[in-house]
This record gives sequence, structure tokens and C-alpha cells, in this order.
Amino acid sequence: MIIRGDEPEQIALLKKLYPKGNYFMQGDEAIAYGAIFAGCRFYAGYPITPASEIAETMARELPKVRGYYIQMEDEIGSIAAIIGASWTGLKSMTATSGPGFSLMQENLGYAIMTETPIVVVDVQRSGPSTGQATKGAQGDFFQARWGTHGDHPIVALSPISVEDSFWETIRAFNISEKLRIPVVLLADGVIGHTREQIRIPDPEEVEIVYRKLPKNDEEAKYPFGDVDGSLIPPMPLFGHGYFTHVTGSTHKETGLRDVYTPEVHIKLVNRLHKKIEKHEKEIEKWKEYFTDDMEILVISWGVSARPSLGAVLKAREEGIKVGLFIPKTVHPFPGKKVKELAKKVRAILVPEMNLGQLILEVQRYVNDDVILKGINKIGGVPLTVEEILREIRGV
Amino acid sequence: MAKEIYTKYKMAKYLRKEALPTALCPGCGGGTVLNAFANAIDQLKIDPRDLVVVSGIGCSAWIASPYFLADTLHTTHGRAIAFATGVKVGLPDKKVVVISGDGDLAGIGGNHLIHAARRNIDITVILVNNFIYGMTGGQVAPTTPFGAKTTTTPYRNIEHPLNIAEVVAEAGASYVARWTTAHVYQLIESIKKALQVKGFSLVEVISQCPVQFGRRNKMKEPAEMLRWFLKNSIPISKAKNMSKEELEGKFVIGEFVNRQRPEFTEELNKLIEEVAEHFGLGGKNAD
Ligand SMILES: Cc1ncc(C[n+]2csc(CCOP(=O)(O)OP(=O)(O)O)c2C)c(N)n1
Ligand code: SF4
Repeated sequence: MIIRGDEPEQIALLKKLYPKGNYFMQGDEAIAYGAIFAGCRFYAGYPITPASEIAETMARELPKVRGYYIQMEDEIGSIAAIIGASWTGLKSMTATSGPGFSLMQENLGYAIMTETPIVVVDVQRSGPSTGQATKGAQGDFFQARWGTHGDHPIVALSPISVEDSFWETIRAFNISEKLRIPVVLLADGVIGHTREQIRIPDPEEVEIVYRKLPKNDEEAKYPFGDVDGSLIPPMPLFGHGYFTHVTGSTHKETGLRDVYTPEVHIKLVNRLHKKIEKHEKEIEKWKEYFTDDMEILVISWGVSARPSLGAVLKAREEGIKVGLFIPKTVHPFPGKKVKELAKKVRAILVPEMNLGQLILEVQRYVNDDVILKGINKIGGVPLTVEEILREIRGV
Repeated sequence: MAKEIYTKYKMAKYLRKEALPTALCPGCGGGTVLNAFANAIDQLKIDPRDLVVVSGIGCSAWIASPYFLADTLHTTHGRAIAFATGVKVGLPDKKVVVISGDGDLAGIGGNHLIHAARRNIDITVILVNNFIYGMTGGQVAPTTPFGAKTTTTPYRNIEHPLNIAEVVAEAGASYVARWTTAHVYQLIESIKKALQVKGFSLVEVISQCPVQFGRRNKMKEPAEMLRWFLKNSIPISKAKNMSKEELEGKFVIGEFVNRQRPEFTEELNKLIEEVAEHFGLGGKNAD
């Protein structure tokens, strides 16, 4: 059985359409191309600034690789459609910004509960509400983690540049396919709209993961069971005569609803958590700079990571022993690593384009004797190197 | 005992035995709808492997998912048609059917219903209209008759009901019909037609909820509700010559539209072929 986008002729097609080399493009476009390289062949979405260019690029490019673009009537319908498509074997994605992401939350929970691989891109913009619709921000850190209801795991990645957006989108698909979980790509409006040079690789250079399918009818009987001890059940796709039942209600390993037996709920929800915990090492990704001899640590994510690096480099020139930690996976948060680094320093600074979100997560891993300070900026204008450097000097 | 009855039932082969007996109340119209659907599938000789059934949340959503033995997707409240849209694009050669309630499909999901009809995507929707929110305990629905009593209209309903079949026909569906659970044979015929039409099809079934609607509106016996349906049903041909006032409180039944219009997944695939050709990527089997 072939999953669409995995056909042998696809490589030749990608090479012909997007020959390897340097391209000049926006972060939003890089996300769209990343998705196509990852094998995404279904996109459903609803326009919103600053994410619309993802939809526009997908509408233009997807038909060229025999993929489907559909503009739904709203964001709720968009995420619903990609979940439906994923059960037919199409790698699927939607993209939106804060308000649309809020609308998607119920079905994001549905995808978690039904272990449906999908990628949801949130190109964050300034809020609350319609806020500064066209400006970037980093205000959805917790919406990604806790936006939907109930106890649930989630994976969220955050790219720091246009080129990184291409690769993190591919990684989002790979994690989603491997672990049967929706993956959120927490991009932001600044990177989404910035144009930069990026290198498009040969498709062979890109490692692509496809979901595990049932090996036989017996395995297909347990679409939500731990058939091989990996905690990740093979996914019996619709249309292959398996008669699979999928429900967002608490279900047994066969998929049939059982909402009254506490053990069934406990077992299911714990497995959903455990399958992510077990693979945490693989999912977690970060960048470290100058953390060997540091006395001060800067922890920054997404769009704020770049001026943070600029500030750290400048501070080093001035002889200040400062290091930088950039979590590329923001959920699950690489807390153990932060805990280890936090022991070495007297102060931690957390620059971000909000009034303090990542810092709350960092706080859980930092002892009281360390000075912990946010460098926060709202209003739609990114932090500058100078602003961060000033705080490094002052701490 | 219940299991025994189910195995003697001719259509039992289409049902998920481990999910039986159904959770529907005795006398609920949902059973009639399931029966009619199974008979339509049987008469058309559709292999259940060529079928995906999608539903939302509500009593009516349970009719086919989990009870019908096919690939079944039991989704969030109101969103069944949007989920089904993704399924249909992925599996254009399968029959994709949505069975759900009026609250689910026309209340919270009204937007998806209208736009799927406009798009004319090849999905068959069986909308079970019981005038009430059954599952949540009998609250007012967008279909509750003017003046009726529900738990959230304890004095009387002051809102006007939505004429679902008319709205969907107007929105662009290829096939629209309405029957009641007292018109089983016509209902089966309409479901068969809907399944065969290329394009969006809706079969609205007016159905009894004796427990949540009937009980509060002087019809606590299922049979009383069926008599009410029969007494007030007007064939669409006759209704055409009647005034709005004369039709107040009546159920217009029959076929509303049956027409050909370009269908969404076909157009989508045609477009892909055109684009592929334009960019010199050759036909489906070219390298
Ligand atoms: C987002 C959301 N809102 C509300 C509910 C609660 N809810 C469950 S079923 C239902 C109404 C069902 O009514 P209808 O579709 O007419 O089906 P019936 O039970 O009458 O067959 C509601 C409001 C829900 N599950 N999800
Ligand atoms: S509450 Fe009404 S609609 Fe629900 S199962 Fe009972 S009779 Fe049927």
C-alpha cells in the first residue's frame, strides 16, 4: 500500500519542479515547500494574515504534485477536513494564525484522541482578539500546549528563520507520522513575512517518515491498541476493508466507545502521554551557544532567538560570559537540559515577543537562587540586539 | 435476548454486532433510519468496503457510527460534513455518507451543510430531523416548531424553524428529498437515489423522538408521533399550489431537486490533470 506522496516518481517530479539550489522566499512559502517535500498532499485552510501566503503557495504548487488544495468555509472545517483526509492516507496540513488556531482547538483535541497525524501551522500574530492583525508576536505558546481541553500531550516546534521553517515543517510531518499525533508548528508573523535566501535540497537529502500501517487484518483490528509494544498502533486507513471505527469519545483498543469504564479511559489517555514521553529525546531539539563557561544564560525561542544570538555574540566581544539556549521543540519542553544548564549560571534572561510565556515554563526548571528575568516586547515590533544586549550588560 | 433478535434480522450482516443492542430509546425513529439505510445499501448491492460513514454528535449520530459495519468516523459536534469532505477528496471512488441529527448538521454545523451543497461535493447526507436536541435532554433546536415546548422553551418556542431541505436545495445540492419515518419505502428509494447521484445529496428524515420531544408535546407514544407525521404530510406537488399560511405546521415531503451540476472532487481531479499537463508533467502514468 502506497501513501500518496511516496510514489517513486515523486522524487523526479520534485527535482524537476524545484531544482536544488538557492531560492529567495518568505517564511510562509518555505513552510509550504517544506510540506510538499515532506509528502503533504492535502491542504485545507481559511485565509488569515499573516498565514495566507502558505495557502496561496499550496494552492499554486500542490496540483503540480497531484496534491489537493481546498479552501474551507472556516478554520473548524479546515482542521476537520485534514483529519478526514489523513484517515484516507493523505499527509495533511492546515495553516492559520491566532484567531483561527483558537477555532481549531476542539478538533485538535479530536486528532490527539484519535491519534491522527496532521500538521497545524500557527503563524502567530499580535493579540488578544484581532489585535494587530498584520504584526508578528509570540503569544500562543500556551495556546499550543493547553488550548484544547482535557489531559493530553502535544508536540509543538518553533522555527527561527526562513530556512529553518522549511526544515522544521518537514520535521513536524515526520514526528506526526511516526507518533500518530498532531504537530503544531509555532511560526510567527515576522519570520512568515521575512524574505531570505534559503537552500532547497535534493529530495533525496530529505529524510521522510511515513506512518506505520497494519501488517495484517489482525493488527488492523486494534487501531488504538499497543499491538507491538511501541505504544504507537499501526493506522488502518479507510477504504481498505478494515471496517475501522474512529471516535473522539473514550474508546477501547478496537475503537469502540466505552465512556463508562474508568480503566478504559485511564489506559487510553496514559498511553497517549506515554508514547510521547518515550520518544521525548527524539522529539526534543535545541541549539546551544557558549554554554561551557557561561555565567549568564539567555533562553529564547522562534523569532526572538536571532536578536538574542546577535546580543550574545556582542556581549562575548565585550568579555561577558553569556550563553544561549534555543529550544526548537517548545512542547515537550526540553526541561531536563534547561535544569542542567541553569545550575551553571547566576542569571537567566528570557527574551520573547509577549509579556512572559516561555519564561513560565523555564521557571519550573530553575532554582530560586538564580535571577530569572524576562525581556519582553509587544506591539508587533521584534526585539533588537541592542535591547537584549542592554539587559545582558545590566544583569 | 436482544442479541438473538438482532441475529435473526435480515440486515444484521451490515451491523457491528459487538456494538449491539443500540443505545437508542425504544420507539426512537433512529432505528427506522438505520433500517432504511441498510436496506438501501442492500438493494443497491453496495459493498460496505466501498463505504465510509461519518457522523457528528447526538443520538442520530450513533445510527450508523458505530452500528453500521463499515469504516466509520464519529467526529465532533456539527463537523461531520467537513470531516467527510476530507475523506471524499482522499477516496473519490468510495461512497461517503453522513448520518446525523438536525442540531448537529443544521444548527452548529449549518455552515458546513450550506457550503458542501454549494461546492456540490459527492457526499450523501441523511439528516435526522427530530425537532429537538435529544441527546442533551430535549433543548430547543433550529427545527423546533413555532410554539412547541422544550426544556429551554418551557413556555413556548418563539423562534421559527429552519426549512432545511429548501435551504440546501437553494444552496446548490444535486439531490434533495424529505420524508418522515412513516414513509419508509419512499425513504429507502430516496436514499438509493441520493447514493447514486453524483454530487451533494441530502435526505431529510423527519423522525420521532418520543422521549424528549413527544413527551413534552402531548405525543409520548411513538405511534402518536407517526400519526402526526402522516396526518400533516403534504406531497411537494400539492404543496406547490398552497399558500404559506396553509402550509404552516405541515411537512412537505418528496423530492425537492434532482439535477446534474459539476461535482467538486471530479473538478478538483480534472484541475490537477490540467495543471500537470500545463507544466509538462505528463499524464497519470508518465514519468
Ligand atoms: C461543541 C459542542 N457543543 C455542544 C455539545 C453537546 N451536544 C451533544 S449532542 C447535542 C445536540 C444533538 O442534537 P441533534 O443533532 O439534533 O441530535 P439528536 O440527539 O436529537 O439526535 C449537543 C448540543 C457538544 N458535544 N459539543
Ligand atoms: S432521546 Fe430521542 S432521539 Fe435520542 S434516542 Fe431517545 S428517542 Fe431517540
